Amino acid sequence: MAEEVKLFGSWASPYTSRVKVVLKLKGIEYENVEEDLSNKSPLLLKYNPIHKKVPVFLHHGKPIAESLIIIEYIDETWKHNPILPIDPYDRAMARFWAKFIDEKIQPAVWKTLLAGENEREAAIEEAHQLLKTLERELNGKKFFGGESLGFLDVAGNVVVWLEVSQEALGMNLLDKEKFPILHEWCQRVLDDDAFKQVMPPKEKLLAFTRARFEAFLGPK
Amino acid sequence: MADDIVLLSTWPSMFGMRVGVALAEKGLKYEYREEDLRNKSPLLLNMNPVHKKIPVLIHNGKPISESMIIVEYIDGVWNHKSPLLPTDPYQRAQARFWADFVDKKLYDIGKKIIWSTKGEEHETGKKEFIECLKLLQRELGDKPYFGGENFGFVDVSLVTFSCWFHTFESYGNFSVETECPKLIAWTKRCLEKESVSSSLADPHKIHDFASGVRKRLGIE
Repeated sequence: MAEEVKLFGSWASPYTSRVKVVLKLKGIEYENVEEDLSNKSPLLLKYNPIHKKVPVFLHHGKPIAESLIIIEYIDETWKHNPILPIDPYDRAMARFWAKFIDEKIQPAVWKTLLAGENEREAAIEEAHQLLKTLERELNGKKFFGGESLGFLDVAGNVVVWLEVSQEALGMNLLDKEKFPILHEWCQRVLDDDAFKQVMPPKEKLLAFTRARFEAFLGPK
Repeated sequence: MADDIVLLSTWPSMFGMRVGVALAEKGLKYEYREEDLRNKSPLLLNMNPVHKKIPVLIHNGKPISESMIIVEYIDGVWNHKSPLLPTDPYQRAQARFWADFVDKKLYDIGKKIIWSTKGEEHETGKKEFIECLKLLQRELGDKPYFGGENFGFVDVSLVTFSCWFHTFESYGNFSVETECPKLIAWTKRCLEKESVSSSLADPHKIHDFASGVRKRLGIE
């Protein structure tokens, strides 16, 4: 029943999008609650008092926060079309690389955007090295999950979003010449049915990204 | 065939201790190798080339890094004894959430108390640290363990910080027992378990260690 499953999120949040992709991959119906992140609803704050962030997943009235934790919950509750690998070692590897994306790649990308003139070169170099490390993990596979999208491909959506939105920031961090394999993987992900249905329209994302960074950094 | 298990760690690391506790809970025999973080072994660099950090668990030659990922791996492989994660998916999500909270908050905030020289950062660190402990104490409630009746995943993630409490208290000039008496009661309850008492370092030795590092950094 759709009423039992709710997702509090924002269309512009790749973390929310991760959960939406998994719900699509598993064919789970849910009620989407769009949050205005500049004016968070009392319900969101009630369901995620610790971090006060989206996404928050509600099942039978019980809330779960943190996108990757939500995805593991969904995978354990709706067992068809598994997102995580079955083997414990492969699961550990998927979790390791998802953590790498969230704790290393994301902050490094941010750093390149916020870096002053003097630090920008070094910040870009660091981000490039991290992206290269991730690219190597593909190791000839179609997706990180193998033949089809898996946990790490879903977690990797932030890299896909970077590829799509970087032109709005006047940058080319994920240069397809430097990262041909990662670039091709991005295209395959963008072409995936579930992903396509969930990805916001490119122009909308570009406009949002541009506006958000101008607000952050001042107009260029 | 007997499992070949090696743990690369350093004795003061609360992250490495978590793995020790998990292995002890499961009654597993393993080889412990002490690393010198100022002179990392070729084995460590080979087994964790991405982060070059401890702890690393090497199981039958295959490495796993990131302490709670290692703990979840151990729980998954040796699932016949002392389960650390509950079986119910919602409770598993909650356990992962709180272990993630300990990881995201406690270590980085704690660093401000011990390694910071700036007065304001030090004071903020102390306030935030106590706030985190209070949130954790509230989450514990009246349960004997975070895992409920049994010692579990969140208990493993937090209990290893307890041998560092004396150090935080000393440099932060506060008392965990005064601020969070139930948490100290929980710590004592955990220390009654052989798996915990044999894996945690002596709080006074930790304090000496921290003092030594501070002297080396020129902040003692």
